[in-house]
Amino acid sequence: MKRFIGFVKKEFYHIFRDKRSLFILFGMPIAQILLFGFAITNEINNVDIAILDHSKDATTKEIINKISASHYFSINQIIEKESDIEPIFKKGKVKAVLSFEKDFSKKLITQNHSNIQVITDATDPNTANTISNYVNAILQIYLKEQNKNHTSAYQIIAQTRMVYNPELKSVYMFVPGVMTMILMLVSAMMTSISITREKELGTMEILLVSPIKPFQVVIGKVFPYIFLSIINAITIILLSLFIFKMPIQGSLFLLGLESVLFIITSLALGILISTISATQQTAMMISLMGLMLPVILLSGFIFPITSMPVPMQIISNIIPAKWFIIIIKGIMLKGVGLQFIWKETLILLIMTTFFIGLSIKKYKIRLE
Amino acid sequence: MFGDFIAVNAINFEVKKGEIFGFLGANGAGKTTAIKMLIGISHPTSGNATIAGFDIYKNTEDIKKNIGYMSQKFALYDDLTVRENITFFGGIYGLSRKRIKEKSTTLIKELGLEDVSKNLVGSLPLGWKQKIAFSVALLHDPKIVFLDEPTGGVDPITRRQFWEMIYKAAHQGTTIFVTTHYMDEAEYCDRVSIMVNGKIEALNTPKKLKSQFNVESMNDVFLNLARG
Repeated sequence: MKRFIGFVKKEFYHIFRDKRSLFILFGMPIAQILLFGFAITNEINNVDIAILDHSKDATTKEIINKISASHYFSINQIIEKESDIEPIFKKGKVKAVLSFEKDFSKKLITQNHSNIQVITDATDPNTANTISNYVNAILQIYLKEQNKNHTSAYQIIAQTRMVYNPELKSVYMFVPGVMTMILMLVSAMMTSISITREKELGTMEILLVSPIKPFQVVIGKVFPYIFLSIINAITIILLSLFIFKMPIQGSLFLLGLESVLFIITSLALGILISTISATQQTAMMISLMGLMLPVILLSGFIFPITSMPVPMQIISNIIPAKWFIIIIKGIMLKGVGLQFIWKETLILLIMTTFFIGLSIKKYKIRLE
Repeated sequence: MFGDFIAVNAINFEVKKGEIFGFLGANGAGKTTAIKMLIGISHPTSGNATIAGFDIYKNTEDIKKNIGYMSQKFALYDDLTVRENITFFGGIYGLSRKRIKEKSTTLIKELGLEDVSKNLVGSLPLGWKQKIAFSVALLHDPKIVFLDEPTGGVDPITRRQFWEMIYKAAHQGTTIFVTTHYMDEAEYCDRVSIMVNGKIEALNTPKKLKSQFNVESMNDVFLNLARG
């Protein structure tokens, strides 16, 4: 035990004396969460649009007012002819143009329909899509108000209610993802680098020749990172609570336990990586390519798994991050208890056991 | 062990207590592999060996407590101070806190490192680091210490001082098992073995080897053997 404490102390010296890693270790979670929380967002807010109104009558005025009253759009300019559309898109500021056809009101009354053309700048397809949806939604609301008095024979109204995240804040989606990513990165990459560093420097040999047992070396190496990862998890949760006002519906205790489980999964992966890589650089590349990319692309963090091609969906099952994201989304947003996420927890447990077993086996082989 | 390649093939030798045993051979002759087998980080495919009276298969834990090892690669922690390095290695060998304190104080004094004991090892010149590494390898008073090319890249003066440290340790009863390819260092050893292609081709005192091959220096002995 005394040996172990001495070992852990040494690890902390390594960590705290390496100012660059220390900065990454504690700066990254904060930077990431702020970045994802503020800068990267799927919502649209005050998007600049232009209006091309060929009729300029009472109805078009009302619709335009309605649109500019929403905080989603702000009317940047009014243009007069079709040929103006292209140049303003090229300038880049205006993301959409609403073009009202001639005799808008008149047609609406006499022919029962009239047209608005929504032209969007689809260089960013997501935003373009969202803009057209929002415009449609505003028009629907307008129509409903107009039709209050004379109802038509049939009407189907979809009453949507967004539960668990009624304001559709994207930060709610990013917090679980960023937390997963950070825990994975810190635990797996940092440990694999720190173990391979000993190999590279030749100190690992000295340790293996000494009476300290190989498993004590490994536990001693990963132990500080469990501690640091927990601090990171707490930082992320506090930031999301106080800066983004993200409520945590479920039990904090359960959230903590599940996080520790995931940290151990990642550490086991880190150890596994360190057994197959001889240099710090290799360890870092494997961690980045083999762990980070799947976490970002295949875990459902940013891209929904259900809309992936089937082979990708199958692959996503072997990514621990996927299960952890389901778990923490459940706890944070839905407030579920273990009875709803035991399956995911069990999968993580099995994966962790598997990774630990595999790395013990690999580690032994390496010693032969 | 390394595929079909046999790095070390049927080597036989005995080393006496307190002896300085030079383990020579050209690069790639199998010295490091042999050392790794002896200290227990590689396993021989066949054969047996005892170190300080312990069997390398059965008593690996006892062997670990009784040997010191200094590798080709310099192996202290650059980002720890001299004293922290000593404390750490003393700790993993299970020395008591009091013993570590005594040991590090005498060690720092002997090496004349009082002024830099709180400096990071990374800031010290290579020769100093090698001397510290050697002292650290002796920290737990091992019966035998394995030095794998301990003086690589070190200037002649430091090399000389290093060998004085080796003599001193041997004098105090520690067996020294040292590999080198500096032939002048071979002259300092009590006995040397010369390894060629995984086999020991010669084993005797430097003096007898020189007369056996009828040459002036160990360098010539080595060249004679290595050419085959």
